[in-house]
Amino acid sequence: MSIHALPPLVASIFSLLAIAALLLTFVMLGSRWLNHYLYAFAAESWLIAGLSVTVGIYAHYPELLLIALLTILFRGLLLPYLIARIIRRQAVSYEVHVILQPSSSLVAGAACVVFALVIAYHIGSQLELVGTVAVIALTVMLAMKLIGFLMLSIRHEAISQVLGLLILENGIFLGAQVLVPGMPMLLEIVILFDLLVAVACFGVLVRYLASAAGTTSSLDLNRLVG
Amino acid sequence: MRGDLLLAIALVPAIAGLLSLVIGRPRAAEYLNLLASVLALACALPLPFLSAGGPYYFLKSYILLDGLGAWVVLCTALVYFLSSLFAVGYMRTLGEDEKLPGFYALFAGFALTTLIAPLMNNIGVYWIAIELTTLVSTFLVGFERTAECMEAAWKYIMIVSAGISLALLGTVLLYWAGTFVLGPTYSLTWATLATIAPKLNPAVLIPAFLLALVGYGTKVGLAPMHTWLPDAHSESPAPVSAMLSGALLNAAMVGIVRFLGITNAAGLNGVPHNVVVIFGLASLGIGALFIVRQEGVKRLMAYSSVEHMGVIALGFGFGGPFGIAGALFHMLNHSLNKSLMFFGAGSAMRSYGTREMAGIREFGRYFPRAGALWLAGAVSITGAPVFALFLSEIVIMHGGFAQAYAWAVYAMAVLLVIVFIGFLNHFRAMYYEEDYGAAAIAPKPISAWCVAPMALALIPLVLFGFWWPNSIWSFLASIAHAVGGPGS
Repeated sequence: MSIHALPPLVASIFSLLAIAALLLTFVMLGSRWLNHYLYAFAAESWLIAGLSVTVGIYAHYPELLLIALLTILFRGLLLPYLIARIIRRQAVSYEVHVILQPSSSLVAGAACVVFALVIAYHIGSQLELVGTVAVIALTVMLAMKLIGFLMLSIRHEAISQVLGLLILENGIFLGAQVLVPGMPMLLEIVILFDLLVAVACFGVLVRYLASAAGTTSSLDLNRLVG
Repeated sequence: MRGDLLLAIALVPAIAGLLSLVIGRPRAAEYLNLLASVLALACALPLPFLSAGGPYYFLKSYILLDGLGAWVVLCTALVYFLSSLFAVGYMRTLGEDEKLPGFYALFAGFALTTLIAPLMNNIGVYWIAIELTTLVSTFLVGFERTAECMEAAWKYIMIVSAGISLALLGTVLLYWAGTFVLGPTYSLTWATLATIAPKLNPAVLIPAFLLALVGYGTKVGLAPMHTWLPDAHSESPAPVSAMLSGALLNAAMVGIVRFLGITNAAGLNGVPHNVVVIFGLASLGIGALFIVRQEGVKRLMAYSSVEHMGVIALGFGFGGPFGIAGALFHMLNHSLNKSLMFFGAGSAMRSYGTREMAGIREFGRYFPRAGALWLAGAVSITGAPVFALFLSEIVIMHGGFAQAYAWAVYAMAVLLVIVFIGFLNHFRAMYYEEDYGAAAIAPKPISAWCVAPMALALIPLVLFGFWWPNSIWSFLASIAHAVGGPGS
């Protein structure tokens, strides 16, 4: 069953979950506390798992149920746990220096969403998909991508940056569930696993960074220039 | 036969890496890694010949052996061999023998991921292989654990992971475009997408290509996404710098070329090729400007890598038989030559105890043999005649004229002249300026382990500058034909 011919109720559930996930990224933009970022990320992962389940049931992709389970396990529990451990161990628990105040970041985030909507609408109209859930999925995917990059550029704590990266990947994952639910499962599982390895590497690096460079803020990483 | 060779290429470094961890002795790890690199090279050498008449598929067609993959694996195996040889001499001078087994295990792991990435047939699996190369090499970049190394490692993993996630988005979009033709589930291989490319909607295909270009371009070090490259290449131990520059960048370039193959098959010659040409010129320009004003010796080499990746991107961007064959030839030459340059730079850094070029003086007088080899390498890498890089750059320029990119060829020529002057001016200072003041302490000797790979890298560069067999030209031309595009 394709995304063109979904019952309105199902399409609404998809949209609701996708928009809720997008809203959670705004929690990240609006806060200075690393813990809030982490909770937002974990909640978002659960929403994505919920989306996988709905897509799996209504569009008849039973393998998505397994993906949902793995998403909850990896993104919803294991990654947040690993990151929470890193946060507990390090000295800094919030963004000390912000370039862009949380309020201004929210406005910038909104601009990102509008931009993403324009692109998604354009692509959707080329494919004659305007009015379907595909446009919303595309919007949310691109918007989360842009907001992730916004996080990477305006937040400097190592943990904020790791979470910014994870938001980038969450956006892709979310979009992929709706746009390409038939994508081979092996691929998604390996990408999930890859993410776990990546976060483990980040964890090790954060510790080295703190001990060798004496900081976990990228603002202080200014030795190598030119 | 082919399958066995590919399996051996993957298994040999894996076993060597594991064994060096298990045995845990520095000398054993050194020689194990060296042996693995010799075996990997021996397996990679016949691959280009065996790939003729292909492509061949293995392992439920997850593995692909075609001309492009075989060629890049050969380049990688060459650099792996040379840098393993160099590492034996170089890593001993660090005086941290107890960390060597771990280093060689990571080094073999890095070689493994870089060797297999170009052979991946599934676009998603290729993406994962490229991501794995990043994760393994981050710890090699930060191996020396100084504040600078950690900064470089952090910037490397951050920028490259963020960049490569764009490539994943491009891959998802590409898959989505394919679902309109093939239905919701199909296998995401290069060949499948090239077959259905004419039916894909350009409104999705072009954004997907651009995202993949920026994503893999980050890993290749195309400007303006190159910012991680000078840091990572200058702070990692010299053998790792050589691997990053000579092997890893090519492995990521494969992704761009294969995506270009898909847009070519779709008949979209304009936008994708123009964008690649512009990225190439930008890299060449940024490389040239930073080379002129550079102070660190390894950063000089790193910016030279940005410059040469720009040249290779220009070749693929021009397209056609000359552009692509020239770019592939340039890949091999750059791999050999940049290894030589990093070996020289690493040895000089160790021996003079400084990373600044201002501290390296009268190199040729102190080290007649290593000095002569390094200087020859410097002349070669700036694209001066006699050496192979001159030939490959001329072929790429010819390809540009053949495809009506004359403006880009003129810009390329001007920038290459700037690089020539800037690069060799630094070498003039390091070789022929007097050694003033308190810094005039005699430098430490350079081990023969470090000089031998420099000589080994220079021989093919000279040889290929004079003599280039027709069979290899026709091999490169067949890859160009497979990539397709204008004029082929």
